[in-house]
Amino acid sequence: MNDTRNGRFVTEQGSPRQQGNNLDPWYHHYAQRTSGLAASEVRALFAVASRPEVVSLAGGMPYVAALPDDLVVGAMDRVMREQGPVALQYGSGQGVPALREQILEVMALEGISGSADDVIVTTGSQHALELFSKLFIDPGDVVLAEGPSYVTAMVIFRSYQAEVDHIPMDEHGLIPEALREHIARLKAAGRRVKFLYTVPTFHNPAGVTLSWERRLEILEIARQNDILVLEDNPYGLLYFGEKPPAAMRSVERDGVVYLGTFSKTLAPGFRVGWALAPHAIREKLILANEAAVLSPSSFSQLVISEYLRDADWRGQIDTFRGVYRERKEAMIAALEEYLPELSWTNPNGGFYVWLTLPSHLDSKAMLPRAVTELVAYTPGTAFYGDGSGAQNIRLSFCYPTPESIKVGVRRLANVINGEQDLLDTFAGTGPLTASRASRTSPNPPTDLR
Amino acid sequence: MAEKEALDIVVLAGGISHERDISLRSGRRVADALQSFGHHVTVREPDGALLGYLSESRPDVVWPALHGSSGEDGALRALLELAGVPFVGSTTDAARLAWSKPAAKTVVSRAGVATPASVTLPKETFRELGANSVLATVLGAFDVPLVVKPAHGGSAQGVTIVTAAEELPRAMVDAYTYADVALIERKVAGVEVSVAVLDTGDGPIALPPVEIEPIEGTYTFDARYNAGETRFYVPARLDESTTEAVSGAATAAHSALGLRHLSRVDLIVDAAGIPWFLEANVLPGLTETSIMPQAIAASGRDLGDVYATLAAAAIADAGE
Repeated sequence: MNDTRNGRFVTEQGSPRQQGNNLDPWYHHYAQRTSGLAASEVRALFAVASRPEVVSLAGGMPYVAALPDDLVVGAMDRVMREQGPVALQYGSGQGVPALREQILEVMALEGISGSADDVIVTTGSQHALELFSKLFIDPGDVVLAEGPSYVTAMVIFRSYQAEVDHIPMDEHGLIPEALREHIARLKAAGRRVKFLYTVPTFHNPAGVTLSWERRLEILEIARQNDILVLEDNPYGLLYFGEKPPAAMRSVERDGVVYLGTFSKTLAPGFRVGWALAPHAIREKLILANEAAVLSPSSFSQLVISEYLRDADWRGQIDTFRGVYRERKEAMIAALEEYLPELSWTNPNGGFYVWLTLPSHLDSKAMLPRAVTELVAYTPGTAFYGDGSGAQNIRLSFCYPTPESIKVGVRRLANVINGEQDLLDTFAGTGPLTASRASRTSPNPPTDLR
Repeated sequence: MAEKEALDIVVLAGGISHERDISLRSGRRVADALQSFGHHVTVREPDGALLGYLSESRPDVVWPALHGSSGEDGALRALLELAGVPFVGSTTDAARLAWSKPAAKTVVSRAGVATPASVTLPKETFRELGANSVLATVLGAFDVPLVVKPAHGGSAQGVTIVTAAEELPRAMVDAYTYADVALIERKVAGVEVSVAVLDTGDGPIALPPVEIEPIEGTYTFDARYNAGETRFYVPARLDESTTEAVSGAATAAHSALGLRHLSRVDLIVDAAGIPWFLEANVLPGLTETSIMPQAIAASGRDLGDVYATLAAAAIADAGE
């Protein structure tokens, strides 16, 4: 008994089992970039979102039930009858040529013209984000992104050890003056800014859309500062009224890499997205894609190609618009009824409303209360890399029915009022800022992003 | 197992508690272990179809792997008792008692086991008497460090170690986001140990105590469920007499609370070798990183064998 670390009763050490066990013999072998990949209390709380009693306003899941089964079944049936061996085989690392031609038709709806040679099909646009990051980010680089920004993009950027510098937005999207200031400050500090990541249309999570004038101005700033723009546009075709401005890629070919996806306009289960990139970048993306997955799913690509060839896909997108418009209106009406004292964005498309709480409330800290009230939301902190966003909540209206949305917002009002009441009780007793920081990112599970 | 009959076992996992995620992990592990031991296992969520399903399928036994309010507060157990379905683990009354950390402390203390001084406060108390005066009274009676925790629940959710007086208000808020009643407890310095207890009819048996050494100092949620972030010593690095005292305290707590089949008792051993009771869990974590499976393995037992023995004990108890 010579070890007094924890008191005199501690026994001598020396036997193998007294070395202890951390349950992961490879714990010290992981790459540094994996440090954020960990279970967290917040992430565990999201588990209740899958229960039917819980109204999940957290999920970014498209309402695929609005897609008639027979459209997909018919396409699958024809693919297997007519191209079965091809569908079940490896394919090109760049993607099926016919689908890449059809993707040009889809992008043309948003003002984009290009060559099918410059399209790379990926496993969802998420994988295009990963490949792009692999090509461009060195440890210590700076990635510019809106504040807030898409949660899983930031997970990727951080995994390549980039620092995400958030540029503020207002109701017209990213603020050009702020972008200039940030770039100047970073350059003055000797930092290397690699690219600007932006979701200009029906932003996730903020719901705002970058105005046409600002699109042009931001492209000009990027040109002047030799900064590539990564335009991520999953929601652009899901507008509720007036069409949004054309994509940034429509006016700038060389300085923009454009990401698109079928996840929102068809179904995410296919895991098919794409990148449209300038020639040199395209070549590297293809090689990176091959290195990562050999080829994107031939089966999924051919089914989508068949669907685009045979079905009224434009009409189906219009159906989705109607579904999401009704749900957005239900959410805004419920917010007006149950939380009239708060402010929120009112998007003209997409999936999300960005709610702003009174400044002393912390959306992450009150998440356990939401579990008790049977409602799920995504705390704003998930959308920042720097711990900001505590005062915000992302509410998704894409998946629950209008009736459920109303119930969910009513429960959310109970959560907010309950937390407000508690903080009022302790007002004046000391600092009440949430202190339960975690080194892990409060990322929701995949189906809730 | 060769000579034993395969049982139809329903493992319950999930639920809508704050610990749903942990329960799903525990349930899968329990089911795997029982299946590897030759039993027919069905994993079910406690949902609107459960009671009808149990009534129709009449399994030999239910194995609740439910943490948090849906599994440990006694409610579901009461319904299983009413339905006449044998189930593994403590009975309703005992579960309800252990579920309340303040009540459990009182009962265990009466049984002669030390437990840190504490005060239990519903949040209404702060509203009624004024938060400033209540906090001042608490801080007048207790020196920091303190542990603030919800009066029920596990996985360190809502728990804060308060090292300075000004941290107490926020710690109270965090605890009250999980429960309407919070426990403020003196933080005992020492070695953190957990003792798994098995009790299948011949009295409680303490398995080797597990010493917990989180690499960042505190056994938080992250430290519990990320392999590599806590170092466990099984058995704990305690001398023989201290080990005996710790094991004795655990079985005394288990018995005083009237628990059966399995439990996990959490204790701090201070510099004098005195074990201090913190809480008892009627359904301890059974995940890959949980303490009870480590203790079972360290005792030379097989997980599937132990879980099956508990199932058999539940059937035998129901037949009495």
